Amino acid sequence: MPALLRLEGVTAFYGAIQALKGVDLEVNQGEIVTLIGANGAGKSTLMMTICGTPRARHGSIRYDGQDITQLATHEIMRRGLAQSPEGRRIFPRMTVHENLLMGARGHKPAEAEAAMAEVFALFPRLKERLAQRGGTLSGGEQQMLAIGRALMSRPRLLLLDEPSLGLAPLVVRQIFGAIRELNRATGLTVLLVEQNAFQALRLAHRGYVLVNGAITMAGTGADLLARPEIRAAYLEGGH
Amino acid sequence: MAYALQQLINGVTLGMIYGLIAVGYTMVYGIIGMINFAHGDVFMVGAFLTLIGLTLLGGFGITSVPIALALAFIAAAAIAAVYGWTIERVAYRPLRGSFRLAPLISAIGMSIVLQNFVQVSQGARDLNLQPLIPGSIRLMNQGGFAVELSWMQVLISVVTLAILAVFTWLVTRTPLGRAMRACEQDLKMASLLGIDTDKTISLTFVIGAALATVAGLLFLLYYGSINFFIGFSAGIKAFTAAVLGGIGSLPGAVLGGLAIGLIESFWSGYASVPYKNVAAFSVLAIVLIFLPSGLLGRADVEKV
Repeated sequence: MPALLRLEGVTAFYGAIQALKGVDLEVNQGEIVTLIGANGAGKSTLMMTICGTPRARHGSIRYDGQDITQLATHEIMRRGLAQSPEGRRIFPRMTVHENLLMGARGHKPAEAEAAMAEVFALFPRLKERLAQRGGTLSGGEQQMLAIGRALMSRPRLLLLDEPSLGLAPLVVRQIFGAIRELNRATGLTVLLVEQNAFQALRLAHRGYVLVNGAITMAGTGADLLARPEIRAAYLEGGH
Repeated sequence: MAYALQQLINGVTLGMIYGLIAVGYTMVYGIIGMINFAHGDVFMVGAFLTLIGLTLLGGFGITSVPIALALAFIAAAAIAAVYGWTIERVAYRPLRGSFRLAPLISAIGMSIVLQNFVQVSQGARDLNLQPLIPGSIRLMNQGGFAVELSWMQVLISVVTLAILAVFTWLVTRTPLGRAMRACEQDLKMASLLGIDTDKTISLTFVIGAALATVAGLLFLLYYGSINFFIGFSAGIKAFTAAVLGGIGSLPGAVLGGLAIGLIESFWSGYASVPYKNVAAFSVLAIVLIFLPSGLLGRADVEKV
C-alpha cells in the first residue's frame, strides 16, 4: 500500500536560510509517526512545508498518491489534512464555538454539529468554555481548542506540532491519551512533532530524528528509545 | 429650538453618508489592517457612474424614478465592484507581505489615478442632476422658521441603517463573515483551515466598493451636484469617522459618521462655516487622546 504522505528530497528556505535540506519521510495510513529534534532543527518548518507555506523548493510531497507540492495552502488543506500548528494560533477574538466552526469550513451544519460533539467527548472543557473568547482561555485550554479545531474537519491526516509545549504534566497526559484514543478508535493518521521525545516515542509507531534540517535516524518508537545516542541527545537532562 | 432641530436633521443625514463610506474603510482595515485611501475615490466614481447611468436611462426613455434608480444603481455597483476587485489585485495584492507603508502609498497613488481619470474623462466642472426624490414633511413652524424633513433625508438614514444591520449580521453570523474575521486575526492560520484568503480579501474589496457606490448614489441624489474632487473631502471625513468610532467596528463607523456630521452641522449653524472642519478634527484629536482605540474600538487583553 502506498504511503498516505510521502516526502522525497524536500528542501525549504526562509529567505536565504535553508531550513530543510532534502527530507525523505513517509507516513502510512493509520500510523502515529513522530518527528523529534532539538529547537531550530526544522521540525515546525517541515510541518508547514507539507501545507505549502513555505513552499518546498526542491523535491516532492505526495499525499494520498497525488502530488501536492505546488498546490496553494488552502487547496492542500481541503484534501483531508489538518494542522494544529506551533504556537496554537487560535483566533483570539472569536469564541470557542466560532474557532471550532472555522475548522469545519465547507461542511454542512449537521456534519459540523456531529464533529463538534466528538470534540467535546474528547475535551469536555471546551464545551464549558463555548461562549468564551479564544484569547481568554488558559494555555492548556487553547491547546485543546487548537487540536479540536483541527479535528473539526474530520481529517485523515492530523499534523500536530508541539501539543505539550508549556503545559502541565497532567494536561500533557490527557492530550497524549486523546491522540492515542483517536488513532485506535478512528484510525486517524498522525504526524506528531515533539520536544518531549520520551513521551512521543512511547506513543508513536515510528519516529524520525531531524538534525539541522535533515533526517539522521529513523525507526520504530521502541527502537529509537533504546538507542544510546537518542537517549543522550534527547531524553536525558530534563525532558 | 426649531433651528437646532433642523441642524440635527441635517447633521444626522450628513453623518449617515459619512458613516456609509466609513463602513468601507473599516471593513478593509478590519481584514488586512490597511487604510484604503482610494476608497473615497471609489465613492466618487460610484456617484459618477450613477449619474451616467441615469442620464443614459433617461435617453432610452426610462423615466420612472424607482426603476431608473434601481437600474442605474445595479449597473454602477457592478462596475464599482470590478473597480474594487481590480484595485486590490493590481495595487495592493502584489505588496502584501511588503513593509507596512508600501500598500498605503500605493493606495494614495490609486486615489490620484482615479481622480485624474475622472477629471480628464468627465471634466473638472460640477455636474448636476435635477432632484429625483422631491417632497418633505414639515415638522414644525416656529416664528416663520419651518423645520423640514425631506424624503431624501429619510431615505439616506433608512438605507444606511439597513446596510449596517445587514453587514453586522454578515460579519458576525455567516461563514463568509467568520472567514473575514479569521483572515484579520491570523491570515496564515486561515489558509491552514482551507480558506482561500486571497478570495476572501478580494470579496471584501468588492463589497466595500459596492457600499461606496450606495453612498455615491445617495450623495448625488441629496446634493444634486458632483465633481471629481468629492471623493477626497468625503473620504477624509469618512476615514476620520471610522477612526473616531473605532476602526474595525461597523457600528463604530456609523456612530463616528454621525458624530462628525453633527459637529459639522451644529458648528456651521452656530459658530462659523469656514471652521467646521477644524471643529470636526479637533474633536477627533481630543477623543483619541482619551480613547486611543476610538468610541467602540476594542482594547482586548489577550493571553499569549
